[in-house]
Amino acid sequence: MSMKDTKLWTWHMAAGVIILVLLGAHMLTMHLNGVLPIESLNPAGDDPLDWANVVARGREVSQVFGYIFLVGFGLFHGLYGLRNILFELNPAAGLKRLISVVLLLLGLGLFVYGAWSAVAARTMALSVSG
Amino acid sequence: MSNNGAKEFVFRVRRFDPIKDDSPHYEDFKVPVQPGWTILEGLWYIKENLDSSLSWRSSCRMGVCGSCGMLVNGSPTLACNTQIRDVATDVLMLAPLPNFDIIRDLVPDLAPMFDKHTHLQPYIQRDDHEEMLEPTDQYWQSPEQLEQFLQFSYCIKCGCCMAACPTFASDATFSGPMPLAAGYRYLIDSRDDAFKKRKNLLGSGGVGPWRCHYAGECSAVCPKGVDPARAIQFMKRELVLDYLRLSKAGKRKPAELLPAEKRHGRRDEIPEAPPFTVEGAS
Amino acid sequence: MPEVKKYPNRLGIKGWLLGGKWGPERYLYFLHRVTGLGLLFYFLIHIFVVSSRSFGQEQWETAMGRVTGGIFVVGEFLVFVAFAFHALNGLRLVLVELGILTGKAEDPVFPYRSSLNVQRPFMIVMMILAAILIVVGGYDFFVLAGH
Repeated sequence: MSMKDTKLWTWHMAAGVIILVLLGAHMLTMHLNGVLPIESLNPAGDDPLDWANVVARGREVSQVFGYIFLVGFGLFHGLYGLRNILFELNPAAGLKRLISVVLLLLGLGLFVYGAWSAVAARTMALSVSG
Repeated sequence: MSNNGAKEFVFRVRRFDPIKDDSPHYEDFKVPVQPGWTILEGLWYIKENLDSSLSWRSSCRMGVCGSCGMLVNGSPTLACNTQIRDVATDVLMLAPLPNFDIIRDLVPDLAPMFDKHTHLQPYIQRDDHEEMLEPTDQYWQSPEQLEQFLQFSYCIKCGCCMAACPTFASDATFSGPMPLAAGYRYLIDSRDDAFKKRKNLLGSGGVGPWRCHYAGECSAVCPKGVDPARAIQFMKRELVLDYLRLSKAGKRKPAELLPAEKRHGRRDEIPEAPPFTVEGAS
Repeated sequence: MPEVKKYPNRLGIKGWLLGGKWGPERYLYFLHRVTGLGLLFYFLIHIFVVSSRSFGQEQWETAMGRVTGGIFVVGEFLVFVAFAFHALNGLRLVLVELGILTGKAEDPVFPYRSSLNVQRPFMIVMMILAAILIVVGGYDFFVLAGH
């Protein structure tokens, strides 16, 4: 008996709020730029997917940290939610352990890859813009 | 015999006889429903006039014992305090409470619910065992402290909330709304001194409140206004505050015996009792 | 006394959809699950697709060429819709589940007012905001085609 689920749930809620802010900013950048254009988010024109805009954003340290936090909290929030849903289907104890381990490894692996990608994108952006 | 405004309703009842049946089936009964009849009265009519083998649980017939919980037109409620004409116009569907094994007809096996309730230690726990066993006085509790848990003590353990809960529908390990509401009632009671033990019990797995996601159906169907959903969210709040080391409940000292200054003699405005009318009484 | 056979009557996963007569919060609970799973599924793929920017312009434009236009626009809009609902409903749930929007424990007097009644105005506001966000997003996606 422990407080493990109390802690996980508290972080799940905190992650949700953090994602609300970061993903909200991401949606503003990528999908609401026509209605609410913010130049600092898309300095190189209207199309957020244009390489010039990707490079302009990728250069910013704040963007790197923003994406690392978004990937980290997003993976935790989503995979913990999935674990909850799967556990509510009453799997056997052994299967529960397997689910926990698989989701943990998946989450860690994707976080490492996503964080690397955010840093590497900045390196790429700096090399392009000189 | 006059009609007395009776209207014929069809009671479509889910029957199951463990000796004869492999699985439940529906059976129709035509019941002449008088104005003001509750579902329980309709069931008694069936038993007395149409089929004496129909089984269900009931006792007080006034909504305080919690025996007659059943699924009425798809919604869990008490049979004794539900007017037939309020919930149906011609066909009334009756089934036993879902999420519990069926013993027979409308009788569910509520033992798992009571086991979960017992597991959450629904009693005051303190260190002063001598006082608990041989009480010398009452424990002091303010009206505000009482109000924190009083609503959740009105539960009659009917099981309607458990039948409505989507998590309990799929997850047999989840404690469920009734045990958790009872668990919160004792967690927050200022006379209780077992916060640490309770928080560890509630902190993991399906036992605690973490698999509740506020679908709210438990509070919607509760026939006594206990609002178990509210109790569960309050329980989450207390456990999270304790994790963040901000909990007042976690740090409180348990209620003490009534202090001398709280003792009152008879208040001046209350008159003396009249003399005894029976000689020798005291 | 002989053991009497009992008939299992657990609703199982159907209980997530068919537990009883539904209040609006029950629909929101189910939609929250569905949108959450949808967002997670999209997110896992999205990490890989977007990581192509780390490999240069050619890889980025190749990846984007594969996932833009036609059904992908509709798909991405559905992800946006899921985000709008899940985020705002989630905000409501954070406030409710921390006991902030539930109201105080009170003596029940019939007709009973539960925490559902207390949080309902906020729920309605959140759903209206989500609807506005979806309409604005839809305008950006399909009319301005600015995505």
